[in-house]
Formats: sequence, structure tokens, C-alpha cells
Amino acid sequence: MRVNLTVNGRPQQADDVWEGESLLYVLRERLGLPGSKNACEQGECGSCTVLLDGVPVCSCLVAAGQAEGREVVTVEGLADHAGRRAGGTGARTGEGAGLAPIQQAFIDAGAVQCGFCTPGLLVAADEMLERNPDPTDEDIREALSGNLCRCTGYEKIMDAVRLAAARQSEGGRA
Amino acid sequence: MTSPELSTAFEQGGTPTGIPAKTTQDSRTRGGIGESTLRPDGTLKVTGEFAYSSDMWHEDMLWGQTLRSTVAHAEILSIDVSEALATPGVHAVMTYDDLPTGVRHYGLEIRDTPVLAHGKVRHHGEPVALVAADHPEIARRAAARIRVEYKELPIVTDEASATAPDAVLVHENRTDHYCAHVPHPNVLHRQPVIRGNAEQAARKADFVVRGEYRFGMQDQAFLGPESGLAVPEEDGGVHLHIATQWLHSDLRQMAPVLGLPPEKVRMTLAGVGGAFGGREDLSMQIHACLLALRTGRPVKIVYNRFESFFGHVHRHPAKLSYEHGATRDGRLTHVRARIVLDGGAYASASPAVVGNAASLGVGPYEVDHVDVEALALYTNNPPCGAMRGFGAVQACFAYEAQMDRLADAVGMDRVEFRRLNAMSQGSVMPTGQRVDSPAPVAELLRRVKEMPMPPERQWESSEGVDLRQLPGGLSNTTHGEGVVRGVGYAVGIKNVGFSEGFDDYSTAKVRMEVVAREPVVTVHTAMAEVGQGGVTVQAQIARTELGVTRVAIHPADTRVGSAGSTSASRQTYVTGGAVKHACELVRERVLEIGRRRFGSRHPGWATAGLLLEGGKVVTDGGEVLADLVDVVRDEVVEVEEEWRHRPTEPFDPRTGQGNGHVQYSFAAHRAVVEVDTELGLVKVIELACAQDVGRALNPLSVTGQIQGGTTQGLGIAVMEEIVVDPRTAKVRNPSFTDYLIPTILDTPTIPVDVLELADDHAPYGLRGVGEAPTLSSTPAVLAAIRDATGLELNRTPVRPEHLTGTA
Repeated sequence: MRVNLTVNGRPQQADDVWEGESLLYVLRERLGLPGSKNACEQGECGSCTVLLDGVPVCSCLVAAGQAEGREVVTVEGLADHAGRRAGGTGARTGEGAGLAPIQQAFIDAGAVQCGFCTPGLLVAADEMLERNPDPTDEDIREALSGNLCRCTGYEKIMDAVRLAAARQSEGGRA
Repeated sequence: MTSPELSTAFEQGGTPTGIPAKTTQDSRTRGGIGESTLRPDGTLKVTGEFAYSSDMWHEDMLWGQTLRSTVAHAEILSIDVSEALATPGVHAVMTYDDLPTGVRHYGLEIRDTPVLAHGKVRHHGEPVALVAADHPEIARRAAARIRVEYKELPIVTDEASATAPDAVLVHENRTDHYCAHVPHPNVLHRQPVIRGNAEQAARKADFVVRGEYRFGMQDQAFLGPESGLAVPEEDGGVHLHIATQWLHSDLRQMAPVLGLPPEKVRMTLAGVGGAFGGREDLSMQIHACLLALRTGRPVKIVYNRFESFFGHVHRHPAKLSYEHGATRDGRLTHVRARIVLDGGAYASASPAVVGNAASLGVGPYEVDHVDVEALALYTNNPPCGAMRGFGAVQACFAYEAQMDRLADAVGMDRVEFRRLNAMSQGSVMPTGQRVDSPAPVAELLRRVKEMPMPPERQWESSEGVDLRQLPGGLSNTTHGEGVVRGVGYAVGIKNVGFSEGFDDYSTAKVRMEVVAREPVVTVHTAMAEVGQGGVTVQAQIARTELGVTRVAIHPADTRVGSAGSTSASRQTYVTGGAVKHACELVRERVLEIGRRRFGSRHPGWATAGLLLEGGKVVTDGGEVLADLVDVVRDEVVEVEEEWRHRPTEPFDPRTGQGNGHVQYSFAAHRAVVEVDTELGLVKVIELACAQDVGRALNPLSVTGQIQGGTTQGLGIAVMEEIVVDPRTAKVRNPSFTDYLIPTILDTPTIPVDVLELADDHAPYGLRGVGEAPTLSSTPAVLAAIRDATGLELNRTPVRPEHLTGTA
């Protein structure tokens, strides 16, 4: 079958899609966007998290056909997505230009080790910060509880989200 | 899409952002050792551009699929591949009979593992046949059409069944070098460690405690599945892009099976999504290459999570029996222990795991009289091998439970009892090895005990109860009623590097040249970066040694000599040592060039101790002699050298005596837990760690390693276990739905206190970091749960039914 969808703001078409394929498979293997990760392919680990019409979902659990006509944001489009939200208010400067604040914060806080969970965590954390710009630690833990990380013990991920929230609120005031 | 040809070198230049540099002098080199420089691959990893092994893609590639055994132990009566082969879109089906050479087994140490099953399968999930097809689903369906006729055989699953006189043998006609000194052919390896006279010493003990402990089978659960892309090459060879821990070890096992000389098997490290020991053995490496060579097409294999649980070895489950004695004044008199590890159907790294369990089985304590025996069984359970902590983890769980019980018997504070018996520099291990570098066991315990305690009833605030901070969380099972807090302590000892006489070397190629009027250093090693941050540290070492800002890390491949394994907490020590050594040789050559060019112009060139700092050649007094760009000009200074740490010795097979280990590593934990005693639900509130790292080359990465290792120890304490049905030896929970690893809600804050007492034998005084925190985390959590509940709890993981008496 043919699937038409918008990915990271760009209309995309995938042909010869087998009906059993997931959105994750179409993104990774047909549309050249392997940033969304395939750690469990059963909706338990969150490494394939994307925004589907603005809602974070496990793309491994979305049949490709269900994405027909819809908007998808993957980690590859996260910087643009966050930039549009910030409205180009100069929130991105210096060495971090081209990265969403949450992406830069993950690098700076040491929240990336093997990095396989990172894309899904970034999409989930960015979406939480959009809803809740000043989260408590428990808010962060609740929002990211669907994303497994095996390397970090999550402490640096907590640091990164706190850092991104703090930088976002500084940017907002400035 | 990601093409393997696009794998790029990482480069890290300039002063990293975010973390202020420690060095403030302008003339000094920035971004050297001791600073928390940021990962060179960080940007690629946060943008989704970093190419992991499962992201590899090639024009015209096929997808490989493995058919695995559905039973644990059986004769294979027949395999019919005709229907699979006839499936449209299928390009090849391979079984044992299609293997190209007479070498049809592999293994890390003992080649006992069939590439594809031959006549027999010995465990659930053993590879039987391979399929290559146009689409992964076609390959899966074709594999399901292969008809395998099994005749099931009796199984052995534990020590009693495996060593019974009439036990079925997992491997008949063993010829490995362990079989001569084992009590039964289903015992893979047995290592006693005997020091003093434990039997006599036991008579002098005022208090004796005995305990039986069980440790569950843990999975590494790295998130990036086993995967890779094999590309056939024009010269008849093959190029494999692979996620592994040790490229050259894979190559050594693969080439003879493929019937190729090693130089025709090219290996490039693809992005590795975690490892933790689970990539030390081969998984799909040979299979992908076989299919690529058979079809003449690139072949990609990616395991799904279900298959991943069968695709790698696990942490050995263990049964441990301990007897500890102490005098009235709290001194250990003796330790007797027997540690039975289930190695499963194939050897993997089991012999070395046995060596660790035996030699480290007493823990970081002074004991003059020791009688320890560790052994690994061959059974029909899933094969077990390397996982973070490697044999030291199981023992630590047991000896730390014993230390608590013995402290209680003596009537001493549990931490003070440990401190009284703690080993220190100069102590002698049960193996007779004198510990000749700092061993601050008592100090680590003191530090972890003195950390501030988390507040009581932290779930309460003026706004009411935050369910998320209570056992059971948003399931709303308690608002604090029935919740009891407990505190527990533990400390452990882990060896660093490969032990028992292994030639544990690494190789580094370092090049300095001038690019765009700037000195640039390229570091090329075969070290597998699996997330630990080895690439960060290599660049830091090059900056420190060669005084440059710009360092490029060449992708790891087999065009450079072996780096050894990314395991045993060894890469910063050994490959770091190799990079340091190669840099020192490059520096000597650069200085030679400088002396040739400028030696007559300044007497400083004739002095010893010239340094490269801040892009310049300087005297040890800080006087600048020349810019590196003017010294090096258009020359390319390149050195490739092997580097070795000091040698170790094998353990005596009867007594376990020998200087078997390179270095020891220590960590201590304090766990604070809250238990809903009515429902048996545990919430770990805080897991504090103090660890000596010798020298923190990158403090941010060191803390990350300690927190990550601590969390894997938490997992085995309260949730992680591969459940194998004892009647069938089949795995019952091969998924993240049923095998639980800690989420961010299960994981507490992990304050870390890093101690830096230099080991004079190691580069920069560093001590391997990655594994020690995985040891003491588990027993600390168990001790805290015992403290909260008063229960004995002699197995891990602890489940609700163990806490409510409903097991």
C-alpha cells in the first residue's frame, strides 16, 4: 500500500508498504529516518517515541496505515519543532545552535552514554516541557516513566531535564 | 539512509561547553585529563544521526533471520527447508550442512558452540537455520516454514541433576583443558582458593553464621539489539559493520568458520547501544557473513527483543553456601564458601567467571583462613557468561548478607564490624596476592555512612500526599500506612582487567600533523565505544600528552591492532594506557624534529623534561621554545604501539594461590528503602555510593558510570530475573513486558562521593570504574529491605511474595 504523511514538516510518501509494517519501520527503513530507535518493538521501552499529531506515541505500536494523513515529529525534526515553538526568540545561540534546548541539555549534563534511549527520551521530555515548563522531579519521573535507559541510572537525565527547564525559563524571562 | 561508508570520525575541539574547565592558566592545554569534557559523539546521538548497528543500510541488501530451537535438549532427526526455500523473496536458507569449512564451532575460550546446531540442540533458543530474504517479515515467515523434527532428551538444570551418576552429559567427549580436573563432565571448571586452615580456625570462633543464598539469572538488557550488516567484497572477503565489545576477538572466532584468512574479514565498529558484557560473545556476526557470502548480497540482521533474550549469554544464576566465623571482639576467624554457578549449555566466559567468584569470594576483608570453592556447571539452561561485575556480583550479595548477620551475632554495628575487618593497602588476598595500591574500604564505608539521610515521610507536603513517592506509586495502594523504612550497607571488591595470566594488551595508533595552521592529533584504536565514554577519555589523554586542542578519534576497526575487550572495567586503564604510551612516543619524535630544527638556537632544547602544552614546546620551567606548527610543519608523525599492564599469574588449580589480578576496585553503598509491608512493594528512596577511582579522568563520565552500575544492581535486587522453567529449561519471560528493568520511577537519587587515591601502577593513577558499583548496590538494597521487614531474604531478586509470606 501507499502511505502519505507529514514528517518533520515535510510531506512524505512511502510505497510498497506491507500492511503489517509499523510507523517505526516506515520511518527507519523507508523514509531514511533511523533516529527513532528499535529497542523492543513492543511498546515497553519508549526508544521509538515520536509525536503523532503532537502526542507522544511509541511508533512501533502504530501501524503505518494509521499514520496516513497525519503529522509526525521525530528526533531528527526536534530542533525545528522546538525552534518553531520558541518562535525564534533567540533561545538558541552559541555552540548549541541547531539543537533544541533539551538536546543541548542532554549533552551538557552527561545524560548520553550509549545514546540508544536518547531520541525517545528527548521527544518525550521536550513534549513534557511544552506542557509543563516548570516540572517537579516527580513530574519529570512520571513523564519519562515510559522510557527505559540502561546506562545512566537516570540521574543525569534528571539533571538534563532540570537544566533545559531552567534555561527555558531564563530564555522566557529575557 | 545511513550508509556504512558514511561512518565519520568524531572530532572534539575547543573548550567544551557547560562544564567549566578546571585549568585556568591560559598557557595550559584545555580539555585534558581531569576535566569533564563532553562526549565527541554527543551531538550525533541527540540529533538521531549517530549510526547504530541496526541503522546500517545498503543498496540491494537482504534481511537475515535465525530459526532457533523450541526445545532445550533434543536430537535433531531431520530439517526440511524446501518450503522455506520456495517462498517468494527468499534468497538463501542455510543449515549446519551448508557451512563452508570443517570449523563449525566457536567460543571465547573453548570452541564448544555450534555456529548452527548439528544433530542436537542443548538449550532453548539455539540457532538451527538461517534465512535471507528481501523483507524481514518474509524472512521471519520463511524461517517458520522450516520443519525441524526433534526427539527430546532428558535435561539437566541444576547441580543435583547435572552431577548425578546417570546424568545425561551436555557435552560428550570433552577435550578442553579444564576437563582433567573437574569432578564430573557436567562441571565445566572448578577453582578452589585455600589459605591458612579454615577448619582449625573455625574452632576458635566465638560466633559462626551459616547461610544459603540464591542469585537469579540477570540479563544485560542493553537497548540496542544485536545487529549488523555484512557486505561481500570483490576479493571474496566480507566487511562486517557490527556492535560488539571486542572486534579482534570476534574476528579470531569468525574467520576460520567462514573459511577466509583474517585479512579478508574486515570489521568496523558500528554504533553500539550498550553492552554490559552481553556483546562479548558472538551473536549474529558469523550468520550475517555466511548469508552475505552465500548470496553475494549485503545482509543485515537485527534481532527483536524476544530474540535478543536468546541471542546473548546472561549473568550466571548462583547458589552460594557460606560459613563465617568471628571472635568475641569482632575479628573474622575464617570463611568457608561454596559457589555454584550455572553456566548453561556452552562455556562462554564461565571459566573466568569461576576464577573471579573464587578469588573475590570473601570480599574486601582481612581473613587469614579461607576455604572457598567455586564451580560452573554445564546444564541445558541458557548459556551464561559475561555481565558487569563478572562473578564478583553473586559472591558480594552473599558475603555481605553474612557480614550483617555476623555483626548482629557479635553485637556490633554493621558498618563498624565491616570497618574493623576491612582490608587495606598491604593486605593479603585469599590467593596470596598482596594488595599493593590503596584499598580504602573502611574509608568508603565511613563516607557513605556520613552522607546526609533523605528526609522522613518525604511523600507528605502541605499539598497532601504525593503518591509517586510511595511504594506502589500511582496505583494508589497506600498513603503511608504500612510503610516501613529500612537502611542497609554493603561494600565490594572487583578486579580490573583480564586476570589469571591473560596477555591483556591494547594497541593505539596516534598521528600528529598540521592542518590549516593548527596541530591536529588523530587517535586510532580498535576499542569498542559502547557508551562508557572511552572516546572522550582518549581525546583527553591526547590533549594532555601532546598539548593540542584538536583531536580526532578515528572509527574503531581491525585495520589497527587489538584493543582488547570493553569489559572488566579495563578500557580507560589499558587502551587509555596504550594511547598515553603512543602519545609519549609521538612526543619524543616531535621533540627530535624540534631539536634538529631549532636545537642550536636555544639551550632549552638540550634539557630533559620538555613538554607539549597549549600548542607549544615548553621547558619544564614553562619557557616557550617553539610553536608545534613550526616544529612539525609538513611532517606526519605517526606511531602504532601495543601496551601492556604488568603481567598476572594463573591460579594454582588446587589451592587458588597466585598473583591473579592486575588491580582491585572498591565501592560502598548505603540504601534507603521504604516497604509497604502489607503488599510487599518496595520503593528505593536513595542509593548513595562512595567509590575510589584512583584518578577521575573525566569526573562527569565517572559519576555516570557509578550511577548506571548502581542501578543495574538495584534491578537484580528487586525486579530483574530471567525465569527458566525447571521442568523444561525454557525461558518464560523473554520480553520487556515480563523481564523488568528499572524505570526512572523505580530509580532513586544516587548521590556519589568519588575518592581519588592514586594507584601508582596504573596510567595517571586511575582505577577501573564501571563494575564495582554493580556489586555492592544489590546487597545494600537487600540489607535495607531486611532492616525494614525483619525477614531473612536469602535470594535475589526479592519479589512481593517473599515479603508477604505468600511465596
